[in-house]
Amino acid sequence: MNIPADLKYTKSHEWVRVEPDGSLTVGITHHAQDLLGDMVFVENPAPGRTVSAGEECAVVESVKAASDVYAPVAGEILAANAEVEGSPEKINQDPYGAWMFKMKPVNAAEVAGLLDAAGYKALVESEAH
Amino acid sequence: MLIFEQAHPGRRAHAQLPDIDGDIADLPTDLLRDSPPALPQCSEMDVVRHYTRLSQKNFSIDTQFYPLGSCTMKYNPRACNSLAMLPQFLARHPHAPAETGQGFLQCMHELQEMLKDVTGMAGVSLAPMAGAQGEFAGVAMIRAYHDARGDSARREILVPDAAHGTNPATAVMCGYTVREIPTDAQGNVDLEALRAAVGPQTAGLMLTNPSTLGVFEKAILQIRDIVHAAGGLLYYDGANLNAILGRVKPGDMGFDVIHMNLHKTFSTPHGGGGPGAGPVGVAERLLPFMPVPVVVNDNGIYRQATEADLPQTIGRLSANGGNAGVLLRAYIYARMLGAEGMHRVAEFATLNANYLMARLAAAGFELAYPTRRASHEFIVSLKKLKDETGVTAMDFAKRLLDYGYHAPTTYFPLLVPECLLIEPTETESKETLDGFVEAMSKIRQEAESNPELVRGAPYTQPVRRLDDVRAARELDLTWKK
Repeated sequence: MNIPADLKYTKSHEWVRVEPDGSLTVGITHHAQDLLGDMVFVENPAPGRTVSAGEECAVVESVKAASDVYAPVAGEILAANAEVEGSPEKINQDPYGAWMFKMKPVNAAEVAGLLDAAGYKALVESEAH
Repeated sequence: MLIFEQAHPGRRAHAQLPDIDGDIADLPTDLLRDSPPALPQCSEMDVVRHYTRLSQKNFSIDTQFYPLGSCTMKYNPRACNSLAMLPQFLARHPHAPAETGQGFLQCMHELQEMLKDVTGMAGVSLAPMAGAQGEFAGVAMIRAYHDARGDSARREILVPDAAHGTNPATAVMCGYTVREIPTDAQGNVDLEALRAAVGPQTAGLMLTNPSTLGVFEKAILQIRDIVHAAGGLLYYDGANLNAILGRVKPGDMGFDVIHMNLHKTFSTPHGGGGPGAGPVGVAERLLPFMPVPVVVNDNGIYRQATEADLPQTIGRLSANGGNAGVLLRAYIYARMLGAEGMHRVAEFATLNANYLMARLAAAGFELAYPTRRASHEFIVSLKKLKDETGVTAMDFAKRLLDYGYHAPTTYFPLLVPECLLIEPTETESKETLDGFVEAMSKIRQEAESNPELVRGAPYTQPVRRLDDVRAARELDLTWKK
């Protein structure tokens, strides 16, 4: 299971990287893309949109299912990655490189409440049947 | 090969041409076409062979076992078809006056009454033309009910995470936001999460019972109380009605509104993208909002009640009263079964599912919910097999085609990894079920001894493995010269 130690994670299988300027880069985890299978479409949020924590803000669609992607914390969308919209398979090939959107958190401290790598690993294992 | 690609200029099927004697001189010239329609030019025999060949390539309930979970693919009795094809039904114009269509209207009225009886609801409208439209009508009625009471701050519909994808889609189409309710380890709605989620914003909860996990929601009366106490309404998705038909009534479970998929539970043709029927049933308090027309019996005279009778109706869902041909087939099916036969539908659907589940478990397949009794369907997880051999649920499904079985539903519900959702229905014999178990066991042996063989399936079908990704990304639906 590929769960980089330097990232934060949500219970809904997004990964979050805290950038030096305090902004957040968000994508879906290796486990999430593995469950979903081959990606077909990606729909990202529009930059400038404000989102609350846990709000649906993007969609990934695979050959198996369409799935919502949730904002990890409250904030404003700064940028969306057009590259994964054009080539959704990049999420399968390199889930931690193929980010989906960047956002500015309202409250940087909220990020500390997300799961760390060990916590996310435990979550994935508890969900496995 | 498409029929267009077999065409040759000048070939025609003269004997089949309609008589066109009409005078078109009075049609406005700007509405007349400039060139003849681009119809394929073929002989009668070309056409017959083409479509017969296509039908032979089809995998269908008429030729093979079709255990597609959550879809209830069961045999469509021929009697339903032949009676619905009586010329008096076929030739009836939907706008013909009620006095010339009393027979048809009586059938529709009796169907409404039978559906009311079997679901325990106070009223039924046959207007929805498909399951999805039935869902839309159902949630639109929930909205109309709250609006009529000036209770319009209720903006949220709750949906369990195991629900059909159509449920959240329907809620959004009706202008609601969706909140997901998690499922506990036993496959039930998480009651604590439900209690935490309801509030003055709750318009309703959409629930399938038995759920898409193939288990009966035992705490349904508690769920009802939690949702009703918060002021929300309870919506029953009838996708799995086959499991409880005539045994447990959604009305008795406290549901306020329900849609039924007649093309599943009432055995009308299904799965061709063709006409469906998704009647809605309602509790007393939603009666004023039913979609029109509804057939009423005024002292022995049948007629279609309209907006004049139901001024608060959510309106019409089509120009006429639903898919008449499908409704007739369902009516005949219900009449042939009678109340006693309907009990047996649920009994045998459940018995078949549990038999198949027990035999597959004995053959070494891993059940997603081993401690639960199956309703009419159950889930097998191939996660372990995938970890050991690399063979996925999709590979398994494709290999089943080679053995002459339609694949079960794959990868739904998504919360069970590598899952097959299997629904045999009541119409299959023990021999068919045993044959399926044998094929499943053989494929498992193949996966262990020669995984590449399974990964390359199917080998015996008109087409080999399809490129799902390309099919979804590059839609090619229109023939062009």
